Amino acid sequence: MSSLATEHDLYNYRVVRQFAIMTVVWGIVGMTVGVLIAAQLAFPVLNFDIPWLSYGRLRPLHTNAVIFAFGGCALMGTGFYVVQRTCKARVISDALAAFVFWGWQLVILLAAITLPLGLTTSKEYAELEWPIDILITLVWVAFAIVFFGTIAKRKVSHIFVANWFYGALIIGVAILHIFNSLAIPVSAFKSYSIYSGSVDAMMQWWYGHNAVGFFLTAGFLGIMYYFVPKQADRPIYSYRLSIVHFWALIAIYVWAGPHHLHYTSLPDWAQSVGMAMSLILLAPSWGGMINGIMTLSGAWDKLRTDPILKFLIVALSFYGMSTFEGPMLSIKTVNALSHNTDWTVGHVHSGALGWVAMVSIGAIYHLIPILYGRKQGQMYSVRLINLHFWLSTIGTVFYIASMWVNGLMQGLMWRATNIDGTLTYSFAESVEASYAGYYVRAFGGLIFLVGMFIMAYNVWMTMTTTRIKDEVDAEATPLTELEAQPS
Amino acid sequence: MSAGWSLLVLIGTIATMAGSAWLLISNRDKKATGERMDHEFDGIEEFDNPLPAWWVTLFFVTIIFGAGYVAYYPALGNLPGAGEWSSAKEWQYRVDQHELRYAPLYEELAAQSPDELIKQPRAMQIGRRLYLNNCSTCHGVTAQGSVGFPNLTDEEWIWGAEFDNIKSGIINGRAANMPAWGEVLSEQQIREVVDFVKVLSRGDTQAAASQPGQTHYVTYCVACHGAQGQGNTLVGGTPLNNDIWLYGGDDAAITASIVNGRMGNMPAQGPIVGEEKAHVLAAYIYSLRTKAQSKAP
Repeated sequence: MSSLATEHDLYNYRVVRQFAIMTVVWGIVGMTVGVLIAAQLAFPVLNFDIPWLSYGRLRPLHTNAVIFAFGGCALMGTGFYVVQRTCKARVISDALAAFVFWGWQLVILLAAITLPLGLTTSKEYAELEWPIDILITLVWVAFAIVFFGTIAKRKVSHIFVANWFYGALIIGVAILHIFNSLAIPVSAFKSYSIYSGSVDAMMQWWYGHNAVGFFLTAGFLGIMYYFVPKQADRPIYSYRLSIVHFWALIAIYVWAGPHHLHYTSLPDWAQSVGMAMSLILLAPSWGGMINGIMTLSGAWDKLRTDPILKFLIVALSFYGMSTFEGPMLSIKTVNALSHNTDWTVGHVHSGALGWVAMVSIGAIYHLIPILYGRKQGQMYSVRLINLHFWLSTIGTVFYIASMWVNGLMQGLMWRATNIDGTLTYSFAESVEASYAGYYVRAFGGLIFLVGMFIMAYNVWMTMTTTRIKDEVDAEATPLTELEAQPS
Repeated sequence: MSAGWSLLVLIGTIATMAGSAWLLISNRDKKATGERMDHEFDGIEEFDNPLPAWWVTLFFVTIIFGAGYVAYYPALGNLPGAGEWSSAKEWQYRVDQHELRYAPLYEELAAQSPDELIKQPRAMQIGRRLYLNNCSTCHGVTAQGSVGFPNLTDEEWIWGAEFDNIKSGIINGRAANMPAWGEVLSEQQIREVVDFVKVLSRGDTQAAASQPGQTHYVTYCVACHGAQGQGNTLVGGTPLNNDIWLYGGDDAAITASIVNGRMGNMPAQGPIVGEEKAHVLAAYIYSLRTKAQSKAP
């Protein structure tokens, strides 16, 4: 315990704890809204004819809540934890770190109020109006100051690879957010983008795609590079691979945005460059997956007993799958079939649920016991983590499989023609045919959400009880005991 | 795109691809020891393993494909690309192919009178498909319309019930223009007109004549809706002497129509479907009308 006490004195764990808890809270909130809107598509009556609860207003609330509230808290919490421990230095300012936490919570709260009220810029993933955009900028700059300041006063010579990825996240998102959000305010709640037409669309998807690249990929690779080797207790597979794929990833990602605008008024040259760069992005993306999974070589047996490691490794598998799917979908011929269908929604969620959520969940399970003065691995119940793992995996598979089926079906129905040159199906017929997939999707999302509630219970019990339910299993005879248990 | 921007795109694209290749080449052949590196972070060590050969190959293949792609297609700034491809050319080619293939069919159908077309199941099937593709979004899959979009299966034809009326409506669209009377009439007068219109809708012109709203109707509404409420097909004045309501027949809906006016607007379909398909389409819609008539006793 003495080493733990020193750690707690040396590092600022308070801000990490706050972010870790809010990751779970916002995960539940964001995914609950997600399940509701999935159910609204299956059962439109659930819009209740109330504007504030209508699909069009809740959908941006869902995306903002899961990406920026759930994902953002996970990134900031783990970022503060990793940067302190791998630099052997406390954050440069506790006050500024606290400002980052409370400022970010205020941003989320304002989003949760303004989006259901219908206040929106209409830019996807950047819907928040200009006063909130300014607040985001302030909080993000504070985040940058704390993070890079801590790196500057590190007591080790090198900068750990996870910190490069967190650093890329901070710099990348700052540039994206500021340039895409430039707007002329006309009132406190309304502004107009300074861009127009195709330029506006290109800026929006340069932002939108790199929010995926720098927020949902680079940032969470930062989580991966610390928590996978830590949880597996193995060295990282290849230092060289981590350098090469890092630079390739950030250099190429910024070019890939135009693949969201294939076959539009976007000039041909931009579409071509976007598609070529998206294909080249495959190998740099996979570099992270290879490095994570190969880190386990020599320790594969741990996957049988450690559900936290299962979360992390299955997350990497989904990451590898969706970063293969992404370049394929960016091929113009494939995109002609997939664009505007549910396939895109499935692709996003194989990344969002399978990769982002599962790698975050694994990291939080790793963190919670340590942050609350226990030893690593001492969550209240390991069995419940295992249950959560299976619910998450099965929920994700239901979700993405149903959207694949729906997406392919819609794409094929929209292009089917009769012998007289007319379209075989009207749009409404493709909607009617999609209902089966909508039921399955809502069911998959619900299963995933149930897992989050189990996590919240497990986290709560870890925080509040001194007893550890599975201590006998985890400490004394972990291998045989856990293997014999039905999972 | 100006020459400066064009050059920037060209250089940026090539530099990114070449830079990636350089990154691979410069890291591929270096001796990797496979040993642990001499640094450690919070207990995490790193191996000095080489880049996996299959991964390097994959990366190279995508770079080579990408380079070929941007050379063939328009990508490097203003350069047209070796293949001289453009999305506009491809679109035109597809449209021309479509026309070439289906023009004879529609020429043949357009040469026939509506009465002949209605007798042919094949022509009516094509008409129905054209309807579902182009009209069903507003008028509904069953053509029974919805609020603001006329029912095409009943006996009320706001712009005329003849084949030619229907066909010209499809080709040129229809723009109705009922002015807003909210500034002209008092609240009391509006209530009186609403009551008058409701009585009129039962078809009882006698009873309607004794309503106080009659005088306002004669002053403001009669030009378009007709003395007997029979409507006016020349300007699209809707008949008011039946219980068919384009925008709803309850007090609130009628009041809203009078106060705010109505600007029904059907976009012209001629530029989209062309005259020949409009002919087949009109015949199909005309057949819905005759079906409705034959059902009536």
